[in-house]
Amino acid sequence: MTGADVAGRDVAARDAAGQPSTGAARLMAGWRETGRSATAADHLERYGPLPLRGPGAGGRRGLRGGGLRARGLAEAVAEAGLTGRGGAGFPTGTKMRAVAAGGGTPVVVANGMEGEPASSKDEALLTLAPHLVLDGAVLAAAAVGAPVAHLCLSRHRPELIERVLAALADRQQAWTDPVAIEVHAVPHHYVSGEETALIRWLNGGQAKPAATPPRPHERGVRRQPTLVDNVETLAHVALIARYGPDWFRQAGRPDAPGTMLVTVSGSVTHPGVREIELGTPVGEVLARCGAAETTEAVLVGGYFGSWHDAGSIAGVPITAGDLRRLGASPGAGALVALPAGACGLNETARVLAYLAGQSAGQCGPCMFGLASIAEDFALLAAGRPGGALFGRLERRLGVVKGRGACGHPDGAVRLAASALATFSADASAHARHMPCAAARRDHPGPPVLPVPRRLAEEEWQ
Amino acid sequence: MTTRLRLDPTACTGHGLCADLLPELIELDEWGYPIVQPGNVPARLLPHARRARDTCPTLALRLVRVRQP
Repeated sequence: MTGADVAGRDVAARDAAGQPSTGAARLMAGWRETGRSATAADHLERYGPLPLRGPGAGGRRGLRGGGLRARGLAEAVAEAGLTGRGGAGFPTGTKMRAVAAGGGTPVVVANGMEGEPASSKDEALLTLAPHLVLDGAVLAAAAVGAPVAHLCLSRHRPELIERVLAALADRQQAWTDPVAIEVHAVPHHYVSGEETALIRWLNGGQAKPAATPPRPHERGVRRQPTLVDNVETLAHVALIARYGPDWFRQAGRPDAPGTMLVTVSGSVTHPGVREIELGTPVGEVLARCGAAETTEAVLVGGYFGSWHDAGSIAGVPITAGDLRRLGASPGAGALVALPAGACGLNETARVLAYLAGQSAGQCGPCMFGLASIAEDFALLAAGRPGGALFGRLERRLGVVKGRGACGHPDGAVRLAASALATFSADASAHARHMPCAAARRDHPGPPVLPVPRRLAEEEWQ
Repeated sequence: MTTRLRLDPTACTGHGLCADLLPELIELDEWGYPIVQPGNVPARLLPHARRARDTCPTLALRLVRVRQP
């Protein structure tokens, strides 16, 4: 595996040794047992053929226990209460229904871009259980009447693309899918995984977000109704198609059913990807990963997410509803524990500079506003804020929010505002020209939040 | 039916003419990009709103009719 360390097998062993079992391994169940990536044969043995009937369908053996006809899949997914696992958290069944009802020739796009630097769960899933994702894409396509499913991966993960292509070849040797799957290597930017950016790129344009309406389900690839779902979401669809909505709801909570993949990093002894039940408290997830007791703050939801005091977020269940009360969101499931001694303001300043550089450069408030906000944060982190900084920063955060075509400026604003609130004591100290040791240039601590290099302008095409 | 202003932020390049023609509903931020007041365009401002729309060099401003009051 590269880049996507998966924690959990050691934990599975610990569970067997008397620790309470999480019971959360669904997408990762095969890997937990075998410890290797699932081949088409492994997949077939574990899950059987696609639960789909009709000409050309792989499921010659017909319906399996609780399996559903493709036509009923949108209803089953809606009943299961599955929400998108890519960050936005929109109800998947609602989207599938809208695309199926849209007329024309629908298109399915499986989004495996994972532009969030703090997340590696999609890469882990595509590596360990590629056929669950591919099944989900095929089943969703069959359900909405799409003849083709496009799997979009980052151009900057050539090894992952190779692995997925190998899985696809392995699969095509084993059986025939009723839907064509095309794998695409899309330019890698923070915003190019945004659904309208994928559609623009698949239509021959740049991988930059587009203003909406029209939404993709109305008019997307080749102007047809288009279902864009995160790859993890589609893997859950593949399981719902086999085992039904009631099974899906056996994990999680009635108002937040199922499991989700999270990526945990920072001051933990076992960083990596884990599968958790929705509703598991933040502190419990961190504890399972061996979080240091000295952890003072947690970044919830990745770089579009928010900082929280470790003590006040620990007991909060990971669901959209519970986190919303604190102004947070699960996002794509990235959690970062800030080590004691690291400077939250300094980390945030680095990430804001990165996010400003990742603007697609289409909307003025994002292009200029994020750069200005990042400059303010850099001054604050360096302990050179000047008298007007806080007022100016507050005003800029308010002015930029909601004025981009996509959610990029809003995500950056949320991160910045949460840093000011969570690290307010640090901010006051920095403002008195006393940056903490971690932020001082002569004592730069190791960076906690990874910031990828910036790509050249032509690499949007 | 009422009328609202809708800005396409990807089309807008910050010429700022709209804020000159319709200062009641549009102001510019520190980078010269329009901040459009949400809500309905009052009837008395409709002619000015149309002028602002028609004058925009990048056609970023639109007037849309919405059903709700």
